[in-house]
Amino acid sequence: MVPTNLRYAETHEWASVEGDVCTVGITKFAVEQLTDVVFVELNKIGKKLAVKDAFGQIESVKSVNDLYAPVAGEIIARNEALEKDPTIVSGDPYGKGWMIKIKMTSKGDIDSLLTPEAYEKQIASQAH
Amino acid sequence: MGQRTILYDWHASHGARIVDFAGWDMPVQYTTILEEHAAVRNAVGLFDISHMGRLSFNGPDALALIQKIYTNNAATMKDGQARYGLVCNDLGGIKDDVLVYRWPYGWAMVVNASNRTKIVDWIHASKGGLNVELQDQTLSTCMVAVQGPKALDLVAGLTDADARKLAYYYAAPTRCMGQQAVLSRTGYTGEDGFEIMIGKDHGVALWEEFVKRGAKPCGLGARDTLRLEAAMPLYGHELSEEIDPFQAGLGWAVKLDKGDFRGKDALVRRQNDASLRRRVGLELKGKRIAREGAVVKANGGAVGVVTSGTHSPTFSRPIAMGYVDPAYQKVGTSLPIDIRGNDEEAVVVPLPFYKRAK
Repeated sequence: MVPTNLRYAETHEWASVEGDVCTVGITKFAVEQLTDVVFVELNKIGKKLAVKDAFGQIESVKSVNDLYAPVAGEIIARNEALEKDPTIVSGDPYGKGWMIKIKMTSKGDIDSLLTPEAYEKQIASQAH
Repeated sequence: MGQRTILYDWHASHGARIVDFAGWDMPVQYTTILEEHAAVRNAVGLFDISHMGRLSFNGPDALALIQKIYTNNAATMKDGQARYGLVCNDLGGIKDDVLVYRWPYGWAMVVNASNRTKIVDWIHASKGGLNVELQDQTLSTCMVAVQGPKALDLVAGLTDADARKLAYYYAAPTRCMGQQAVLSRTGYTGEDGFEIMIGKDHGVALWEEFVKRGAKPCGLGARDTLRLEAAMPLYGHELSEEIDPFQAGLGWAVKLDKGDFRGKDALVRRQNDASLRRRVGLELKGKRIAREGAVVKANGGAVGVVTSGTHSPTFSRPIAMGYVDPAYQKVGTSLPIDIRGNDEEAVVVPLPFYKRAK
């Protein structure tokens, strides 16, 4: 089961809102699909993002994937520990593996994201 | 749905992620690539390589036909020996890289899955009046590779032939678990190990026996990182119909003095052609992986291209192989590689990246 206190993007990012700040990471399903994460690169603090803009990249032995902003706003924090040890993402994707915090332009963005139930349904159909 | 080996159901029911490889549904990994890679470097891993083509040559002209399509010299091989070589087109480009086996009673050739049909056609087209019976035994047999420092311990005792007495790049027709089989001390990982061919009806029992003995099932993902560290070329990446063996660093497998063979005239011309790109090893300073197709640059222009790149699990950094222009082939040359629009610092290094301790 995916955590029920989060919202999700179809591209496998999770979003957690407190006030007007949204913390973003990628889901356990995503890290299980990637396996073998070797590199995480995150955009700098101050970068302004529209919804679905890339805010970084995650690279595994097999492939490289963009990370997409689930909400619009400005990056106000980034988890620098991931650039030194990308395996943190695989080990604790919903906790220590968080990626960036976005100061949201519009709190309404969060309502367009998938509910835990809807995301659960999406990954069940992809997991075959 | 692609073609499936006799072990497909085992793979699928043991958590393997399946991908298409040369038209075959093959396991890419069961756990993680890093874990499977480490098992082969430190202990022993097990691979299903039944998709590879297994051809047998019988009849009075078998050797003559092999000599005609093969760049190495099969005539100097001893019974039971295995020898690497290339099959080239008439322009000297590589049609496939293959292993030839000499038996007391005939010859065999193991070819890449992606080239099997092409090579069978090429052999028939090259046969002329030679008296040879060619049999494609790929679908009636199974082949597994047991690779790693503990491979010998696992294989020992399983075959009538004594695995301990089998030298590297030698093979023995034998019985394995009571069945007719071939035991070959060869591999594609840079480690000691064996490849075993057996009738397909016995493939699952053999596989399960190795698992029971402690071999870790490994997929094509780890096979790729292992062979890349060992700088073994992969057809479709380092090798193609446009690349000749000298460019690929495989000149040692071309014997221009053995007599006539297909591609020889072109290879004589190409062997000392200093204008051609050659294969080099590249090590990146950063963490980004230079993947196939990434452009190698110098002074702002393109001077080469990456043919394979990965994260080296053994060295924990990105490594790559590629082809670069003559002026940039020297070890120590700094060459930026364009990775998704960013120039990443890289340097030409000697191959292989990894060599096992003897």
